[in-house]
Amino acid sequence: MGSAELLQFAVAGLKNGSIYALVALGFTLVFGSTGIINFAQGEFFMLGGMLAVFFVKLGLPLPLAVVAGVLATAVVGLAFERVALRPRRDSGPLALIIITIGGSMVLRSLSRHAFGGNELSLPAFTEGASIVVAGAAIERQALWVWGLTIVAVAGLSWLYSKTRFGRSMRACSLSHEASRLMGIDTARIVMVSFGLAAVLGALAGVVVAPLTQTSFNVGARIGLKGFAAAILGGLGNPIAAVVGGLALGLVESMSIAFISSTYKDVIALVLLLVVLFVRPEGILGRATREKV
Amino acid sequence: MSESLLKVEGLCAGYGRVPVIRDVSLSVAAGEVVTLIGANGAGKSTLLKAISGLIKPTAGTVIFDGLDVTGTPPERLVRQGLALVPEGRMLFGPMSVHENLLLGGHTQTPEGVRGALERVHTLFPVLAERSSQAAATLSGGEQQMLAVGRALMSSPRLLLLDEPSLGLAPKVIADIFAVLDGLRAEGLAILLVEQDARLALRHSDRGLVMRAGHVALEGTASELISNDDIRLIYLGAWHGEE
Repeated sequence: MGSAELLQFAVAGLKNGSIYALVALGFTLVFGSTGIINFAQGEFFMLGGMLAVFFVKLGLPLPLAVVAGVLATAVVGLAFERVALRPRRDSGPLALIIITIGGSMVLRSLSRHAFGGNELSLPAFTEGASIVVAGAAIERQALWVWGLTIVAVAGLSWLYSKTRFGRSMRACSLSHEASRLMGIDTARIVMVSFGLAAVLGALAGVVVAPLTQTSFNVGARIGLKGFAAAILGGLGNPIAAVVGGLALGLVESMSIAFISSTYKDVIALVLLLVVLFVRPEGILGRATREKV
Repeated sequence: MSESLLKVEGLCAGYGRVPVIRDVSLSVAAGEVVTLIGANGAGKSTLLKAISGLIKPTAGTVIFDGLDVTGTPPERLVRQGLALVPEGRMLFGPMSVHENLLLGGHTQTPEGVRGALERVHTLFPVLAERSSQAAATLSGGEQQMLAVGRALMSSPRLLLLDEPSLGLAPKVIADIFAVLDGLRAEGLAILLVEQDARLALRHSDRGLVMRAGHVALEGTASELISNDDIRLIYLGAWHGEE
């Protein structure tokens, strides 16, 4: 295999990997503030794309439709926490996780009723032919994928490390009880983390929709991939989610290059299982058996 | 005695359906230091949790500063001037000393945070030296100072303190109680739970003895120190003093 071909596969891997990273960040945010896995995360991805398409059909210009799609999904994320999860927040993690699974089914069905069962497509953000770099063709939309991923990751790490709100989020991920004693409204932190997770998922869904098309049922698969990426990196750490996403994308892509596209998903899941067996805290994760 | 800052009446609380404290009444006046004495499991920590809102009382009332705050969640109470230094300190271990203090000042304005930070650094100079260090890497004594300093960041009028001396060396304990004396002199009211009852009473105005979830006895600190039963059971007569 020539170097140009290899580069082409790497580009594809990093493109998918960025999408996985955004979805994984959503998992990480919610896990951080609540300690649960939100299995509706993939549906935020689906809603981002579907709602953007819907707004385009309504006649909104593309950039506005994209922003509206992301914001509308954020509202869904906030409402999902408020309506479905908060009333049950004392029921323990298992009940909450099952609620997120139920929620994902509801969102999927509602989407099918509202937008139909067909594949829909969104125009590319920038018109024009692919850019050729060292023999590898890079679609313009892939540049949007990377650009938005970088902006999202930078924005999130700024929020996390530099703002009062981010500090409260980190405190919340360490102990709800101690955070409340500081005067932090933990219920609000949890709700906002769902909103942010929805924004990240929707961003991924809307930026990849021009490349892959979208439909009411794309959420489950991407949710699984994002979950795998989050576990791969080490749950609870935003940087790890990004590393996990990119690693998963590259491994998938290289398995297509060197083995067969048939086994792409299998290899991702086998990788996940191996990581869980060998290094359950993830690539960058800290062992939970910390010294005190 | 002046008007009570904290007035607890007939308070009952517990975990799930298991009651731990029953019919507890007590009061703390502004600027007063009150110590709760009692064996392990007597309900002292539970009482502090129920007052601070971490657990909901099943009966009774908590009046703070003239307002009924029974069952008010801690995130609201801390705004009203009631702070708890919890059992086990509950520091944010991976976060820096400075960030822990900033979190303590979460309810304050930026100017308020600056002033409180200065005050805490004056009280505990070691916290200024260790500012950028992760809280979990501090020594036990420094961690306790951080826990107290963090609670003071909210500029409380009443501080609930759960076992500040637990697991610490005598020298460190003396340092912490010296700071508590200073706070008392400034007019901060303190409700203290302490295993070392003799030590705590020496730094208190009054004391209450809890037994099996209710208040068995109360009196001024000097009364309790000289009470023979108390001395035998809680003050460790075997320390060989006197």
